Amino acid sequence: MYASTDSISLPDVTPELRQQLFSYVLQLADTSLILAHRISEWCGHGPVLEQDLAMANISLDLLGEARSYYQYAAELEGQGRTEDDLAYLRPAVEYRNPLLVEQPNGDFAHTILRQFLYDCFHYHLLVQLQAGPDRHLAAIAEKSVKEAAYHIKWSSEWVIRLGDGTDESRRRLEKAIGSLWRYRGELTTPTTTEQTLQAAGFVPDYAAIQQQIDAHVARVFEEATLPVPQGVFMQKGGKDGRHSEHLGYLLAELQYMQRAYPGMKW
Amino acid sequence: MVEQATAPTEERIWQLLEEVSDPEVPVLSILDLGIVRAVRVEADGQVHVTITPTYSGCPAMNTIATEIRLRLLAEGHTKLQIHNQLSPAWTTAWMSEAGKQKLEAYGIAPPKDATGHVLNLFGQEEAIKCPHCGSNHTKLISQFGSTACKAHHQCLDCLEPFDYFKCH
Repeated sequence: MYASTDSISLPDVTPELRQQLFSYVLQLADTSLILAHRISEWCGHGPVLEQDLAMANISLDLLGEARSYYQYAAELEGQGRTEDDLAYLRPAVEYRNPLLVEQPNGDFAHTILRQFLYDCFHYHLLVQLQAGPDRHLAAIAEKSVKEAAYHIKWSSEWVIRLGDGTDESRRRLEKAIGSLWRYRGELTTPTTTEQTLQAAGFVPDYAAIQQQIDAHVARVFEEATLPVPQGVFMQKGGKDGRHSEHLGYLLAELQYMQRAYPGMKW
Repeated sequence: MVEQATAPTEERIWQLLEEVSDPEVPVLSILDLGIVRAVRVEADGQVHVTITPTYSGCPAMNTIATEIRLRLLAEGHTKLQIHNQLSPAWTTAWMSEAGKQKLEAYGIAPPKDATGHVLNLFGQEEAIKCPHCGSNHTKLISQFGSTACKAHHQCLDCLEPFDYFKCH
């Protein structure tokens, strides 16, 4: 850690609420970390150099965001665990990321659609968190929303290019929609932790965010000449620790160094 | 063994920080970039330097903190704490005019004022001037360039690719 984080001021809340806040910040951290790792798998394999670089950049932004959350989560927990312990030394069932972000990369269209679905949620969530009562969480959001704005612009433009592109690009994007749409609902379906924090005003209302997401998706899909899927059954469970088989393989790689050489620092 | 010097003035600390350069863009000092937010010296000589990251995952921040420490240590200021501040979030509006000129001379187009909303897809951006030949006839290749803070452009007259320090 390059600089002191002694300026983190914890919100004045009950121990119970603080525990809930810890779980929520950890969920944000895991989500950014797992997606950052997934996108980083493209490094050196992108379809063209510029997009390879774009994905590495986005991955780095998300990794930086994850780190800010993990540092804060460690402070909230107050049990002596560090950002490294939280990121690298927990089993899969303790990770709280939604199922969407752990899904494998597939082809470029698959990665673009996963990114687009996440970016829509991520951007609008950060906009709201900036105004929240938790000043440290708001500061992280204020920093990250500027980066997330570049991400949503990038993935939106790619959805349009691929959807309104060649027969092949469109076929691949439609296939990705068929596989990934089912993971979209979990993002705005609150867990009991999120419900508690929503009632206390710490987490924004997801119904309002969902409206903004839907408006953006409708606009982008119209330009991409794609119909917006209706009536899809939504999977969930990741935010409660019930993951797909993919997360275990991802963590095996992600945690390898820390487990093989314990005590390494970020 | 470096002896602790007498308590420095805050002005002196600012002067020393001016000599610390950005590891990715060595023509810029960290003051040109606007990442030093505050300097405070306590009566007992304890120095506090507050910095803010340009991008959340910018790997240069570790190096910058180390460079600050080394520069102050070389002057005998051993009691140093570096603080990391996230809010208000860093913006290219904090970059000095001198810094912008140095960037351009170095071959990186300096940031312009932000134009248009980021969700303006495929939106027309204001032309970025080529730092090599001065032409405004350029195109955006990618919003994501060689480092987190740069976009990738190309000049359509001299055909050279160039980095643009993007608005943030």
